[in-house]
Amino acid sequence: MVGVLGFLAQEGGEAAAEVVKAAPNWFVEHAYLIPLLAFASGALTLFFGKRTPGKGPVYGILAIGVGLVLSLGVVWSFVQGGGNFEHNIEWFRIGTLQVQLGFYVDGLTAVMLVVVTSISLMVHIYSLGYMHGDKRYTWFYVVLSIFTGAMLVVVVASNLFQLLVGWEIMGVCSYLLIGHWYEDHANSSAAIKAFLTTRVGDVPFMFGIFALVYATGMTTSNIQVISETVAGGHISTLLVTCAALLMFGGTIGKSAQFPLYTWLPDAMAGPTPVSALIHAATMVAAGIYLVARTFEVFVQADPIALTVVSIIGAITLLMAALLALVQDDIKKVLAYSTISQLAYMVAALGMGEAGYPAAMFHLFTHAFFKALLFLGAGSVIHAAHSNNMSDMGGLRKHMKLTYATFVIGSLALAGVPPFAGFFSKDEIILVAKDQQIYWLGAVLLVGAVITAFYTTRMVLKTFHGEYRGTEHLHESPWSMTAPLVFLAAATCVVGFLGFAPTGAPFMDWVYFGGVPETPVFSPLVAGISVLAVAIGLLFGWRLYKDYKAVDPVTELGGAYTLLEHKYYLDDIYFGGIVRPIRDTWSAGIYWFNQHVLDAVVNGAAGGSKGLSGGIMWIDRNVIDGIVNGAGTAMETFGKGLRTIQTGKVQWYAVGLFGGVITLALFIFR
Amino acid sequence: MIRLPLVLVFAALLFSAGVYGVLARRNAVMVLMAIELMLNAVNLNLVAFSASLQDVTGQIFALFVIAVAAAEVGIGLAIVILLFRNRASINVDEVDLLKW
Amino acid sequence: MTAQEYAFLVVAVIGSLAAVAVVTARNVVHAALYLVVALACVGITFLLVGAEFVGWTQILIYVGAIVILFLFGLMLTKAPIGRDTLDHLPQNRIVGAVVALLIFVGLATLLLRVWPIGTTVASQPVAGSTEAIGQSMFRDYVLPFEVVSFLLLAALIGAIVLARKDDGGAA
Repeated sequence: MVGVLGFLAQEGGEAAAEVVKAAPNWFVEHAYLIPLLAFASGALTLFFGKRTPGKGPVYGILAIGVGLVLSLGVVWSFVQGGGNFEHNIEWFRIGTLQVQLGFYVDGLTAVMLVVVTSISLMVHIYSLGYMHGDKRYTWFYVVLSIFTGAMLVVVVASNLFQLLVGWEIMGVCSYLLIGHWYEDHANSSAAIKAFLTTRVGDVPFMFGIFALVYATGMTTSNIQVISETVAGGHISTLLVTCAALLMFGGTIGKSAQFPLYTWLPDAMAGPTPVSALIHAATMVAAGIYLVARTFEVFVQADPIALTVVSIIGAITLLMAALLALVQDDIKKVLAYSTISQLAYMVAALGMGEAGYPAAMFHLFTHAFFKALLFLGAGSVIHAAHSNNMSDMGGLRKHMKLTYATFVIGSLALAGVPPFAGFFSKDEIILVAKDQQIYWLGAVLLVGAVITAFYTTRMVLKTFHGEYRGTEHLHESPWSMTAPLVFLAAATCVVGFLGFAPTGAPFMDWVYFGGVPETPVFSPLVAGISVLAVAIGLLFGWRLYKDYKAVDPVTELGGAYTLLEHKYYLDDIYFGGIVRPIRDTWSAGIYWFNQHVLDAVVNGAAGGSKGLSGGIMWIDRNVIDGIVNGAGTAMETFGKGLRTIQTGKVQWYAVGLFGGVITLALFIFR
Repeated sequence: MIRLPLVLVFAALLFSAGVYGVLARRNAVMVLMAIELMLNAVNLNLVAFSASLQDVTGQIFALFVIAVAAAEVGIGLAIVILLFRNRASINVDEVDLLKW
Repeated sequence: MTAQEYAFLVVAVIGSLAAVAVVTARNVVHAALYLVVALACVGITFLLVGAEFVGWTQILIYVGAIVILFLFGLMLTKAPIGRDTLDHLPQNRIVGAVVALLIFVGLATLLLRVWPIGTTVASQPVAGSTEAIGQSMFRDYVLPFEVVSFLLLAALIGAIVLARKDDGGAA
């Protein structure tokens, strides 16, 4: 009896083990479900959202929740040591070019899936509270779901055209969400600015895709095929370098690097959950992800490509960090911070193969703590009814949970161990040292100092001191604080995924070049980073712990003015590009349209009119003349003929007899 | 034994005279008279051929012609009288209301 | 040339002249009287040919009744007793004369071609023609006979109706 049971248990256990072994592969093979679920929820919410309880979020939360579970399943597969997976179906062909639909799952994909779904889910839940009572509540969730679907498409895309499709949909959703409160003209302007500026980057991106497709002999845009083709070494370096730089243009636009970063601070006009999702964790990360996905191209290109990448990263890093120093709007601080942190990732990628895992790890951790910071800022804004830190202060007394989680996020951002940001930033600096790119390492360290400084400034100005506003302060509802807690917990934990002494499983999943890298922990570098962070923290603490009314930063004089005007970059853009195009060029083109094009059209119309007038004349006078003339001729002939009918019988008799005679003559002669 | 052609020529002459009268006379009664001449010429022909062919059918036909001619003259004159009553004139040239 | 033929020739000449006179007389009453002569000559010709019934019928009806009718018609329509002022226009006369001449020439030529003067085809007097007419009429042609009588009746009534004075009845 026991033996039978034991046998059954063993069999059952083996079967279960089979299932368990096979299960993760199921997740990988069905990874396409994740974006589909998001789009489906978007469609369902669009059509049926208003009828669901709560008027909208149900489908989104369900879909993204299931998506998160599926993503975790995918990660599980990689935990089990599973391999990459790709599946494509042919969509259509143009000549030799085959455009596919498909998905490619490797470690990077798995990690990104988890990031996107988890943060999207947090934002969905957060918006229950934050967007409560909003005029377009349901529509908000619709676009949120579609956006999540688009980002997921980018993440799982196996070929560049599909990636581009997701990319563009994200751009549209970003536009829609930034301009969610479009009644205020400033919001709709910010949305347009975001869309157009990223568009400027999208054009070279597209050309980069074309170049790569050309490199494959116009057959496919499949990323793996492109990588193999480029790695094969038969493609001209010039083409590969150009392709790399062009695609990087897309990154500059979407990931807000110099010189196309000006849209991101203005995009803060959108609702805070949007800022958290799109402009902190996901969309702006898409640019980084793009470089990572097509990294083979960058690696095979002339070293100048990667150099450009690192330079841009370095410049952006410092510029944005300095700008974050002088902002009063809390969201703008976080926006510039995001730009700066993205620059960290770009700089890391610019260091080549070695920097790849570090960059991706920083992307991973940054998503969590930046989303946390944004949502926390949203909680604060919700309470204080103002974005400006000068209207805040002393909030830690009234919003304890928000304060606690915000501090955790800030420490992570500054790079304080044991929070996530420290590990990822430290990795990047370590790579710089290993690669002996000391100038970049120095820049990174300076950036770390400034980051720590403005982070401290932000926290002290907002939460410490005395409350400078007039609102009644209270903690946010659970729908807003629960995500904060979750993200704070994640921030505490995920750092260790990339920490060498704890095994660094992250590096096992995300690597470049076929073999995972085994990271080494360098206490020296770690020490230097901590030192840099400490300097920044102390500085900030000293200047802001007794903040009353006047921000010390404003006393920087000329430097402050420069920073206040954002290096006059926006003015340059507006005066040099927007205004000429909008005013002069448009006016010129309008004139051309009215006087030249329309003249041609009108001339053609006039000519036609004249021609038709002539034809009408012909029709009236010639053709109708002929017809009428025939009639008139008949009439005249008839008029003439009828005079025979004189009414006089003897006339008729004459005719009769004359006819008889004539007939007789003819017949008888 | 009158030679046939002579009779026929005589008849032709009468007929021609009748034709002239029909065409050239303006008095309606005169026109009727000329028609009678023509009919008589036909009768003459009929009877001449009847005598020539020894067939009495021609004479019968001639009799019928006479009867019909009589009827025709009666009606014709009645019409002429009516015409005269309405227009106080029997000038056929003036009876041209059916002209164009 | 037999005696009948001579007689015929005389009658023919008189008749022709009379016929021409009918159509050219200025005085309409004279024209009517000339018509009598012409018709009488035709009747005599019938007699000479041997068709006595037709001949006498001709004289009876034509000369006796129809000419009287004509004279009545002339009187009733106030035909001028003197010269006919309703003279025909010269163009009518010329056209008519031409046509008539052409007809005569045509007919004569036609007839003489078929029956030249020299032929001996003659019109023999039909013996017992009245009896033959009677027999033929009331045997073979009784239907036309009846129809003609009907016709005469219709003509009679018609003439009465037409010539009636306008007292409530349409003409």
